[in-house]
Amino acid sequence: MNAPAMKASLPANTQPVYRFHGGVHPPEMKHLSNAAPIVPAPLPARLVVPLQQSIGNRAKCRVAVGDLVKKGQLLAAADGTVSVAVHAPTSGTVVAIDEQVVAHPSGLAELCVTIETDGFDVWGDRTPLDWRAALANGDGKTIRDYLRDMGVVGLGGAVFPSHLKLGGRDGLETLVINGAECEPFITCDDRLMRERAGEIVAGIAIVAQLLVARQVLVGIEDNKPEAVAAMREALAASDIGNAHVVVVPTLYPSGGAKQLIKLLTNKEVPSGVRSTDLGVQCFNVATVYTIFRALEHAEPVISRIVTLTGNVARAGNVEALIGTPIADLLDFAGNQSDSEGYIYGGPMMGFELPDTQVGLTKAGNCVIARSAAHFPTKAPEMPCIRCGECATACPQELQPMDLYWFSRSKNFGKAQEWNLFDCIECGACAYVCPSSIQLVDYYRFAKSEIWAAESAKKAADLARQRHEFKQFREEREQEEKAARLAARAAPKPEAAAAAVDPDKAAKIKAAMERAAAAKAGAAPANETAAPAVSVDDDKAAKIRAAMEAAAAKKAARAAAEAGGETPATKPAAALDEEKAAKIRAAMEAAKARKAATDGGVTAPAADATEPVAKAAIDPEKAAKIRAAMEAAKAKKEGRALAPSVSDNTPVGEVAGSLANEEVQVDTPSKPALDPEKAAKIRAAMEAAKAKKEGRAPAPAVPTDTPAGAASAALASEVGQVDTQAKPAIDPDKAAKIRAAMEAAKARKAAKEGGEA
Amino acid sequence: MITSPFFVKPTPLQVVMLKVAAALLPAIAVYVHVFGIGILVQLTLATLTALATEAACLKLRKYPVKPFLLDGSAIVTAWLLALSLPPLGAWWMVVLATLIAIAVAKHLYGGLGQNPFNPAMIGFAVMIVSFPAQMSRWAAPLALQSGPLDAGAQLAYIFTGRLPGGIGFDAIASATPLDTVKTVLIQHGGLGDVLQTTLFTSGGLLPSQMGWIALAYLAGGLYLLFSRIIPWQTPLSFIAGLGLMAAAMHLYDPNHYTSPLFHLFGGAAMLGAFFIITDPVSGPTTPRGRLIFGASIGVLTYLIRVFGGYPDGVAFAVIILNIAAPFIDQYTQPAVFGRKAKQNDSSKKGAKP
Ligand code: SF4
Ligand code: SF4
Repeated sequence: MNAPAMKASLPANTQPVYRFHGGVHPPEMKHLSNAAPIVPAPLPARLVVPLQQSIGNRAKCRVAVGDLVKKGQLLAAADGTVSVAVHAPTSGTVVAIDEQVVAHPSGLAELCVTIETDGFDVWGDRTPLDWRAALANGDGKTIRDYLRDMGVVGLGGAVFPSHLKLGGRDGLETLVINGAECEPFITCDDRLMRERAGEIVAGIAIVAQLLVARQVLVGIEDNKPEAVAAMREALAASDIGNAHVVVVPTLYPSGGAKQLIKLLTNKEVPSGVRSTDLGVQCFNVATVYTIFRALEHAEPVISRIVTLTGNVARAGNVEALIGTPIADLLDFAGNQSDSEGYIYGGPMMGFELPDTQVGLTKAGNCVIARSAAHFPTKAPEMPCIRCGECATACPQELQPMDLYWFSRSKNFGKAQEWNLFDCIECGACAYVCPSSIQLVDYYRFAKSEIWAAESAKKAADLARQRHEFKQFREEREQEEKAARLAARAAPKPEAAAAAVDPDKAAKIKAAMERAAAAKAGAAPANETAAPAVSVDDDKAAKIRAAMEAAAAKKAARAAAEAGGETPATKPAAALDEEKAAKIRAAMEAAKARKAATDGGVTAPAADATEPVAKAAIDPEKAAKIRAAMEAAKAKKEGRALAPSVSDNTPVGEVAGSLANEEVQVDTPSKPALDPEKAAKIRAAMEAAKAKKEGRAPAPAVPTDTPAGAASAALASEVGQVDTQAKPAIDPDKAAKIRAAMEAAKARKAAKEGGEA
Repeated sequence: MITSPFFVKPTPLQVVMLKVAAALLPAIAVYVHVFGIGILVQLTLATLTALATEAACLKLRKYPVKPFLLDGSAIVTAWLLALSLPPLGAWWMVVLATLIAIAVAKHLYGGLGQNPFNPAMIGFAVMIVSFPAQMSRWAAPLALQSGPLDAGAQLAYIFTGRLPGGIGFDAIASATPLDTVKTVLIQHGGLGDVLQTTLFTSGGLLPSQMGWIALAYLAGGLYLLFSRIIPWQTPLSFIAGLGLMAAAMHLYDPNHYTSPLFHLFGGAAMLGAFFIITDPVSGPTTPRGRLIFGASIGVLTYLIRVFGGYPDGVAFAVIILNIAAPFIDQYTQPAVFGRKAKQNDSSKKGAKP
């Protein structure tokens, strides 16, 4: 255009200008809207104010439907550090707080506050900050917090909370003020600089002081000579030392923060590094303007300058309230009937609005009514011919065709290796591509896929960890108990003989005898381990026990396999039975422990298990169960009297454990067992129970197990018993297995003893 | 839904290909002047074959025919091939070569943008390996023929293989300058005064009349260079590689090794430099990679010409380096913004208090 002529009329730069790689020259189209002064947009009847107005957390809503709000009143407060407040742009009534489509490329709904304006536009109370004093005292935090509560964000489009960028380190080498405005069509910063340079410079002064900047460089593209002149004049009139307006060549994307920093300071900010680490910080001109307005006039960010351009009758810039429906703005600008769509932001990086009813956000610097005149239909995509035009144009010095290829073939690892995340999505590559490939779409796709995969992986990792921990905890608890019980079972082997068929009983007895022998050594060790019940030691002991148990389990499995069963088919059943046995043992132990602990706390256990028990009962079984209960009660009676159980065991507790037993008895018999087998199993179980009976009251049961944990363990065990009992177990084998397990347990106990 | 960027630079593929074809026109004009209109017949045959083959392949592969047929890439391939074959070669030679280039070297490898080898050079290589005798039957420049062939005779010879009046082809045949030099070196072990024969002296300042065709290629190439259709790295490094090799050897033994000028303006060097090795699809994309690629082809071309079995080496050198292109790319990735080894020096100074 006529940029060179304008450039000639400007005084020369006093500061050097460097260059960045690549860049493109799209048609500027700024003349459409840069001639007319900024005018206020008419007050709309309704404002839709999204509560997510910055990067980070959504602000927390502080109003309710029906509330009357004044202009500038807080609608939502900052939630955490990376968040800013949102204010009522005018006075009116809150008529809705709900999810609505917002101006976002995703087109997703976000929480918005809808205000019906009252037309009076009256301000609420404002609480000014004595920022001059704060600044003099070096009290940056007060100012930063104030700005956060005033909703100040980067208005260049990124809406990064400004207070986070004002953290004073020990001095900044260069403060870069971004007035480049490199995207075609947009002129809001241009007009702002022309008309309100004084306030921008006042804002620059504050920021420069806050950051203790040694140098201030204001970068403006050479296609905005009026803005350059205005800013130079204002800077000269101010008392900021070492501040310069630097005219940079018009080359998209010179207004990208990284590119502007490179242009002005020759420093390249790598991705993942904060520019402050290189001694530079960058603010948009509109942002410093709002910083000044907020501090000087206690004015929160409730409006912004927005360029209305493209296929409209009166293109120009308006100062519009945040939340103004875009449709209202378009009407004001004289939208033409043949507009095909509406671009929010610039034509290079903006996006098509999902709906013109969305409210203006703080990010909204431009709305373009799109028509074929300005935006001819793009040619269909052709294959990449590897011409390298995109690489020549890429300001981030990437190899866009490689990224395209990797993204397309979903080779995301390679894409990342080729620095996909350094891509700033400026669109320069897609602009020059002779094959008309929508390259940026592929990068967006790849990035979102990678993010999705990462968060999915994180979630999966977390779930797996949780699950593994839960399993570990359960196993540990069960096995620790089983191990202890096994260690104690030995002294009373005769109990086991009760109802088991003679052959097996003999075998079991033999096994137990062996165990007993082993335990002779183990018992004392147990004694020493168990009494060491101070919480930490206790845990250590448990863990050790669990480990022992695991080892034993393996031994049992090995034994089962050695017994002639093929590993593939047998262990499933064997394991189940094994677990069932262990669980049962564990439950007994838990019950015993519970009996010793506070009855009040454990009562819920009964509640938790009762429904299960009820559900499991059908008339036939009811009788059996009743019988079993009788037996159990009788058994327990005896148990309750056992010396180690505290005398004050509440009745409720016993009931709880009874309910538990009920389940235990009932469920194993439920699965289609033929009556014969059922009887056998029951007999076996009785035997087991009897065995346990002897065990349970054993002296070394730790009494400090938290009741809650015990009941939780029980509850989960109940569930487990239910499921594990299902496989139809051949009773013969079950008995054998049980015997093997006893033996294993005993061995383990012996080992434990040895180690301890 | 339409996504950003909402507008694109209007230089579609067709425009790129059109400019490449246009850049060949001056050379074609000189060619006609030197060898007669036979080359136009060859270009026409090649173009028709290329379009027919391209259309058939696209149909078979179920691609939209129109946009791909109109992208112009097949035509450029066809022209490069026609310009590499003997101007009075039999009609079936150029047809077969084009068929192989488009159907095998391009579409069997996946079509536009996918071919690892330069299709035109594959077509050429297949022909020279399969039909070495026919491929070296070049007619002498018209000016050197005793009774220059008229257009009708050229046409008739291309399609029938017979010359009017019963003259044999040998009467008008002449080896190319590169071929001539090679033969002389093999027979006599030195150049002697071969360069003083009319084949060479008729070129005036340039070695042979074919040197002027090469000059026209250079002109077209510079046009492409300055209109940024081709990168500068590949042609310049190729010329440097070939020229420096030739210069060094020429200095070492001028009686045995011809001058750099002879190498650069003889054979397919200029055509290769600006039109063949600049094929983006089969070459590297990184700037450093392009330098390596071009220089390697230059050196290799020289080696094949001087020490190899073929008079010219451009085609084989290109094919060999095509194989290496992905690896060259892999190892010449430029540092991305902010990741260069020595940068932000001033900040380092500033960061340390
Ligand atoms: S500009 Fe387009 S065609 Fe050229 S290399 Fe890049 S992606 Fe491929
Ligand atoms: S969009 Fe990404 S890859 Fe394309 S030019 Fe911009 S930074 Fe480079």
